[in-house]
Amino acid sequence: MQPQEIASWIDDARKAFSGAPDLDALKIARLAHSGDKSPIALASRGLGSMSPDDKASFGKLIGEAKAAITQALATATALLEAERDRKVLLEEVVDITLPVNRAHRGGLHPISIIKNEVSDFFIEQGFAVEEGPELESGWLNFDALNIPADHPARTMQDTFFVEPIESGMVLRTHTSPVQIRTMLTQTPPIYVICPGRTFRADELDATHSPVFHQVEGLVIDKGITMAHLKGTLDNFARHMFGPDVTTRLRPSFFPFTEPSAEVDIFFNNRWIEWGGCGMVNPKVLATCGIDTDEYSGFAFGMGLERTLMVRHGITDMHDIVEGDLRFTRQFGVGL
Amino acid sequence: MRAPLSWIKEFVDIPQAITADQISDGLIRVGFEVEEIIYQGLDVTGPLKFAEVVSIEEITEYKKPIRYVGIDCGEGQTRFVICGATNFVVGDVIVAALPGAVLPGDFQISARETYGKVSDGMICSSRELGISDEHAGIMVLPKDSVVIGDDAIEGLQINDVIFDVAVNPDRGYALSIRGIAREVAGALGLAFTDPVDALRDLTFIDTGKGVSATIADPATASVFYLRTLSNFDPTATTPIWMRRRIEKMGMRSISLVVDITNYVMLELGQPLHAFDKSKIKGGLTIKRAGKTGAFTTLDGQIRTLDPDDLMVVDDEQPLALAGTMGGAFSEITESTTDIALEAVRFDPVCIAKNSRRHKLSSEASRRLERSVDPSLAQFASARFVQLLTAHSSAAHVATVIAGEPVFPARVRINPEYVSKTVGFEITPSQIAQVLRTIGCEVDEKSFEIAPPSWRPDLLHAADFAEEVARMLGYDKIPSILPPRPLHASLTSTQKRRRAVASMLASRGLAEVQSFPFTNQATIDAMGFVGERAATYKLANPMSEEFPLMRVHLVPGLIEVAQRNISRGAKDFAIFEMGSIFRSSQKLEAAISPDLAKRPDQKIIEKIFASVPNQGYHVAGLLVGKVENENWQGKSRAYNWQDAIALAQDVVSLCNLEWTIARSDLAPWHPGRCAELIVNGTVVAHAGELHPRVVAAYGLPERSVAFAVALSALPESSLVNPTTVGTMPAAVQDVALIVDARVSAAEVTTALREGAGDLLESITLFDRYDKIGDGKVSLAFTLVFRAADRTLTGEEVSAMREAATAVAGKKLGAVVRTA
Repeated sequence: MQPQEIASWIDDARKAFSGAPDLDALKIARLAHSGDKSPIALASRGLGSMSPDDKASFGKLIGEAKAAITQALATATALLEAERDRKVLLEEVVDITLPVNRAHRGGLHPISIIKNEVSDFFIEQGFAVEEGPELESGWLNFDALNIPADHPARTMQDTFFVEPIESGMVLRTHTSPVQIRTMLTQTPPIYVICPGRTFRADELDATHSPVFHQVEGLVIDKGITMAHLKGTLDNFARHMFGPDVTTRLRPSFFPFTEPSAEVDIFFNNRWIEWGGCGMVNPKVLATCGIDTDEYSGFAFGMGLERTLMVRHGITDMHDIVEGDLRFTRQFGVGL
Repeated sequence: MRAPLSWIKEFVDIPQAITADQISDGLIRVGFEVEEIIYQGLDVTGPLKFAEVVSIEEITEYKKPIRYVGIDCGEGQTRFVICGATNFVVGDVIVAALPGAVLPGDFQISARETYGKVSDGMICSSRELGISDEHAGIMVLPKDSVVIGDDAIEGLQINDVIFDVAVNPDRGYALSIRGIAREVAGALGLAFTDPVDALRDLTFIDTGKGVSATIADPATASVFYLRTLSNFDPTATTPIWMRRRIEKMGMRSISLVVDITNYVMLELGQPLHAFDKSKIKGGLTIKRAGKTGAFTTLDGQIRTLDPDDLMVVDDEQPLALAGTMGGAFSEITESTTDIALEAVRFDPVCIAKNSRRHKLSSEASRRLERSVDPSLAQFASARFVQLLTAHSSAAHVATVIAGEPVFPARVRINPEYVSKTVGFEITPSQIAQVLRTIGCEVDEKSFEIAPPSWRPDLLHAADFAEEVARMLGYDKIPSILPPRPLHASLTSTQKRRRAVASMLASRGLAEVQSFPFTNQATIDAMGFVGERAATYKLANPMSEEFPLMRVHLVPGLIEVAQRNISRGAKDFAIFEMGSIFRSSQKLEAAISPDLAKRPDQKIIEKIFASVPNQGYHVAGLLVGKVENENWQGKSRAYNWQDAIALAQDVVSLCNLEWTIARSDLAPWHPGRCAELIVNGTVVAHAGELHPRVVAAYGLPERSVAFAVALSALPESSLVNPTTVGTMPAAVQDVALIVDARVSAAEVTTALREGAGDLLESITLFDRYDKIGDGKVSLAFTLVFRAADRTLTGEEVSAMREAATAVAGKKLGAVVRTA
């Protein structure tokens, strides 16, 4: 056995492997050049009968040759497998643009979406979210808010009363009773918003619904002024309507705030009435046992339907209240 | 409240350069929303002439009456026009549009041939002139009130700007030109002349005995002026300028006496009422009706009086519903010659109640219930006498006064409060100056303030702060964020609701929000009974169709589903979250503690407890197919399992352990309804809807629904997880034959109990119900695992046998052999 002979086995194997046209031919070549009966295998088995010196030198050569042949086989296998994959997987091609999703499309009601959005915004500002019952005590809905029984302001709101009338129980006309509940059960500083469903006996039309939603805000702390109210509303408006929106406060009247204001936004090139606000009337604070020498506060309230309609250009309230899935599904989950 | 610019200008010196928009902006700035600016006359061009009717030729061959009318327009010769109206006679004064004139609606007047005649112009109605809605015939003016041939655009003051102003309920004083003019002057920094100043020294000499005036209860009225006049010639007519102003305010001219009462009310804000003196027996008294009875108001309505109604009565009978509407019996007629004029500062609450009880909101009641300047009873009644005596033969006989005006109390404020409230610095002298412009007297040393007579709403420092802020401008308020807590978060309940909604949405359910109203027929159709059917009734529902509060969410979902189906939807899933209103407690009489101080804690708790608990639920309705059918093939229909699985998912999402049991509860199918139990409380129901409900509402067959009482779910406890074992698991399958009435849940529980602590999971992988004899076969895979060792075959067999033994003992389950 000559070293040249061993080198030729390597060359023969390399040629045979690289010349194999497919994996079947490669298998035959593998058996011939690295199988049990291949020259290299036979030479390897013959080592045992050699002298110790030859065994060492030929052993090294044969080991190197085996490694080279194995390497050549791996290279050829990888090439041929890749070629086979290209051919076979190409035949398995599908039209991946076919409509595959059969699931019904779910989603949140747009009012839930905007309520969550408002809540998240105020939570980031350090406000808690308070809620209360929809069927509510008249004292909490009216009297405690400085709306006495025969005040014209009470007729401003067409109230749903529950039988028996003497119970004074009403479907809340605003979420303000939640403010009263909060002031009666917590001590300042108070930073809360009160989102929720409210009721007024308006006929359902393009812009009104007897059942609608409000979000109100209440802040009671030391040194609170109308400037803080303005700042909070500016921030809120920018969050809801974009950075370019401007707000305007206009003097107005609500029994539970003094001074009172309407807040307008300048959006899509016109002034739009957004909600009401003001400094919490000291009479209301006193009824809730808050020391008016030490504390002052502001409150504001907006309709969620109105906010939604203005922001999204919705022109008909019916779409919001009817539950037609074609409308609701457009909003997804509000992300 | 309307306010014509021409009338405002009478009391405010408005420079020509100031536009209507600037005036409107000024009003808005000080808190008066201008709902509309009406530019009257912009669309009218002349020639428009006052003319006299000189001849009328009736043309009779047409279906409707047609007149060929000769008119004298001061042109020296008669002009002839065709006219379809008949409410005039020869000698009447009318308004004629001559060829070349343009009326509102781009109505061009020209000479034209019609009805076989040449019509050389047009006789106009008020509506055609765009100056009122009156269209019953043409406009006929009193003789001698105008000059024939004069320009009618000028004569009728057609060109004007009318502001339609929204007045807030605390500003009753602004329901008058006097009030609006004061605000315009204040907003624009212009000089204001109070019309009352010219009336302060106006007195009349008594020449006879007047009708007496009495206030029975000073709590109902503070001051009562009753002026008696005689010798009125009922043919007297209203001057054109007055009639036009009344019309511009949106009211109608009726007769001179009534017109003057309205004119003075519009000008000053004090409602007046004129009685025909000849109908009054004895004197007039303001008192409560005291008993029920019929009373005919001058609108012809017969009203049943409430004993509490405040009335103006004579010695025999009630003559007017005080401050609200006069009676028909004593109203001014075409033969009235003697007049008793009433001007009263009534208690606002009394008038509000009168108005509300009789559902009668009049120009008078609207003002009086918002409080009227108490000084006006004198001045407005004087103004009436001044105008009536100037425009007719009437003469003042006597003035009788009862009671006296009560003026707003003086208030002492701390001027620092104003700056602290509005958030920017205002000096005490600035405050004093602003308060003076709105009519207050201010002592700058003590800061004791006397509010003007017309401002009963100025009671506290906050009220003055608002006045100062609005007159200086809310735009001066800076924008600053308040100091805020560093942290807030949603409550666990709020987070849970959001998570449930998000999960359902991601499972393909769309959220809906229905009105929480229902009716008895729906409750009955659903099969709700007992506590689940009891609810609260609205005293004034939107419609008699839905007078009750909902007791369940599923009916609302069904209604929404019906609507979607009617619009073409077939396969869908919807859910709703919200309150239900089962009448868990009887409503007691209202608790109404005093205001302006905190009620006793016990009272507060009683108020809270008086509000019934309102459960918060989530419910879903699944109709039609589970998936949309497409090229991939058919889809199966929703079934009871889908509904139960969603209910279980809701409870599991809240990290709560539940057990399941069969239930029979409306509106579900009695054999296909599950209930989920958490801590011994039933919190959810789910399954197939009752076939009767499905049929009654036209839903697809076998529609399914679930409802979970979210408010009944306990808080989940902190999770203390067991460590995850890495030893190999041993898997054992068992098949058990049980009576079909035994539930899978019962078998699972028994196996679990018998298998012991090393049982890691149990899965029902097969159910076979074709073995007959009322039996079913249930096959389970049990997975065992120990934390510290590999389990031996003997151990695992022993545990499996222990499990089946308990199932056998408790439920009669027999191990199925091949």
